[in-house]
Amino acid sequence: MTITEDDLRGRVRQLLASQDPRGDRMEFLRAQFDAGLAWVHFPAGLGGLDAPRALQAVVDAELASAAAPTNDPRRIGIGLGMAAPTILTHGTDAQRQRWLRPLWTGEQVWCQLFSEPGAGSDLAALGTRAVRDGTGGDWVVNGQKVWTSQAHEARWAILVTRTDPDVPKHKGMTYFALDMSANGVEVRPLRQLTGEAEFNEVFLTDVRIPDDYRLGEIGDGWRVAQTTLMNERVAIGGGPAPRESGAISAVAAAWRSRPELRTAAAHDELMRLWVEAEATRLTGLRLRQQLAVGAPGPEGSAAKLAFARLNQEITGFELDLLGAEGLRYEDWSGDTWRSERPAAVDFLGRSPGYRYLRAKGNSIEGGTSEILRNIIAERVLGLPGEIRADKTVAWKDLPK
Amino acid sequence: MSDLLYSDVEEQLRSSVRNLLADRAPWPAVLARTETDELYDPALWRSLAVDLGAAGLAVPESAAGQGASWRETAVVAEELGRSVAATPFLGSTVMATALAIRAGADDLVKRLASAAVTAALAMPLSTGPGGPGTFPAAVRHSDGLLSGTVRDVADARSADQLLVPCLVGDEPALFVVDAAATRRDAVGSLDLTRPLCDVTFDAAPGELIASGADAVSAVQVALTTGAALLAAEQLGLAQRCLEMTVEHLLTRYQFGRQIGSYQALKHRMADMWAGVTQARAVARYAVTCVADGDPDAAVAASLAQAYCSPVAVRAAEECVQLHGGIGFTWEHPAHLYLKRAKADAIALGTAARHRARLGELVDLPAAG
Repeated sequence: MTITEDDLRGRVRQLLASQDPRGDRMEFLRAQFDAGLAWVHFPAGLGGLDAPRALQAVVDAELASAAAPTNDPRRIGIGLGMAAPTILTHGTDAQRQRWLRPLWTGEQVWCQLFSEPGAGSDLAALGTRAVRDGTGGDWVVNGQKVWTSQAHEARWAILVTRTDPDVPKHKGMTYFALDMSANGVEVRPLRQLTGEAEFNEVFLTDVRIPDDYRLGEIGDGWRVAQTTLMNERVAIGGGPAPRESGAISAVAAAWRSRPELRTAAAHDELMRLWVEAEATRLTGLRLRQQLAVGAPGPEGSAAKLAFARLNQEITGFELDLLGAEGLRYEDWSGDTWRSERPAAVDFLGRSPGYRYLRAKGNSIEGGTSEILRNIIAERVLGLPGEIRADKTVAWKDLPK
Repeated sequence: MSDLLYSDVEEQLRSSVRNLLADRAPWPAVLARTETDELYDPALWRSLAVDLGAAGLAVPESAAGQGASWRETAVVAEELGRSVAATPFLGSTVMATALAIRAGADDLVKRLASAAVTAALAMPLSTGPGGPGTFPAAVRHSDGLLSGTVRDVADARSADQLLVPCLVGDEPALFVVDAAATRRDAVGSLDLTRPLCDVTFDAAPGELIASGADAVSAVQVALTTGAALLAAEQLGLAQRCLEMTVEHLLTRYQFGRQIGSYQALKHRMADMWAGVTQARAVARYAVTCVADGDPDAAVAASLAQAYCSPVAVRAAEECVQLHGGIGFTWEHPAHLYLKRAKADAIALGTAARHRARLGELVDLPAAG
């Protein structure tokens, strides 16, 4: 059966008739999931209807016009964007039934335990050990993960571990779901150079994970992790950005409202950055158009590379332009950063100094610009790969 | 929202033009012609302009054109940039045609669209679009005749007609002048494949086609359309430089390795690719705005020049550098691209001038 837009509108009407959108928020979200209107491209029974992904927009528009509650997707982005596709692809029926519904409703927040202090760009070098406690028993996990958004709020984590150190690194990993409330899980805020802590470090000490929580086969963790990472960049929310969005808007506003800041040299630099910002915006627009006709190009890599450099250049320029004001900053004190844990970056709502410092993360998070250049050179341009010293060596014998 | 992709029809056109240029204007032939008296290959021009209809793409069928638009024209410009073949396309098919359409010179439009004649704008190639008060004053009109000298004019030596902005008293006007009635002195040109000349009008007769505000706006439309289509040429040039350089990095071995395996070079190529990728979106936006008569066309054209000029120059400079010694020789095509790229960056206004103009257009005023 092919689902049409009219079918979906009918199903939304039924949902709204049986469940008051102004009533209990969580009850409504559960009912939406059970009606297959959570993510229509998911299978029936798991919040979807096996419909084309693009039709979700029809459902969302209908529900928005009825002022129905949402699952606050920004708060649960890691669950929706990374954990859910991985559970769907590699999970057992029991795992899918157990985890997907509370994940989607937001009752259970998920976080991602991948990066380690010794495994950043080279994720496959990770060393968090999972050892089986007897045949068929639990797994016992020890190690440290880092750069974990929302670990302090999360009930579950997706976790990649080293289960066989005696084989080359890509072969000896196993992927799990981890109950963050288990004994031995310790979450500490990771204070970053802006002064606050968006992220966490997670220490795992003799944490027991039942084998039921394993996603995919033993030793197949790298392949499972690829599903997670491929989905990391698929989720591009919202509509196309208008001209002068983002960092350039703050600088342009300062330039317009404060003639005393203007110099000839700064004007040329301002316009150079304005041009770069507009070029990056149009590239993003072109990428969307390619996605819409089902022909995604590698433009996303160009956009990420350009965005990181541009944000850094613009925010640096903004401080120069402001002069003395650029010397000031926000409250660095310990009380503030411990109590305020931003779930999302409010880039434009903060001070210019914060923007300058926070933008330094743009060329590191989600893949460093250096690794991105390698990827472009090798996968897009077909240039030779890096000479590798780690492909055939057992993980335990690699220099660390 | 502007469509920034290429249609199937545009891709078919691209393929036809690319095949023609590969067959008739491979780079050794382009280079060889630069040292003869016949830089432009008339047979190639006939095939491109008449057989493929490129001269009339942006002209309605009622005026002997193809009834397509500047978008399709831009695909041809990309391919011409890619091949660095010498043709009067930018001067005649783009700028003179845009001007003639705007001035309502219907007969001239027909002759340009059918490639019965070629024409060039009698303005220095470095002139970019600008605001009021920038109308050229090098040529004056008195007693029904035109006099004056315009330096550094592109595509004029082979042109049959010259489109001449001039002042009648203080009033802007546009005349069509028979090129044979002028003196055209060749000047040594940085760009071997788009040579310049100085044009002298010594009491030359001309036919008035527009005056006053119409003349001003016709010149601006020609310059804006030229700027947008030049960005497409720069895109094609940069793309070819990127490809040539990647090919070299894969075939050249030093220290027992393909030089493309060195990360220092891979990262430079990745940056070049990212620049070309962004230039494609920017150039495509500019030609779409020009094709649609979008009110954002002036911004889009200056944006395209401000972005694509440095990208094309950098691509050509990297092409020379990463080819090493061979890239510095006359017998490698890199220099043809370098010269075209640098000349294109100055043509129709430098990137810095377009940035200054953008400041005026988007209300980010200069200091003082």
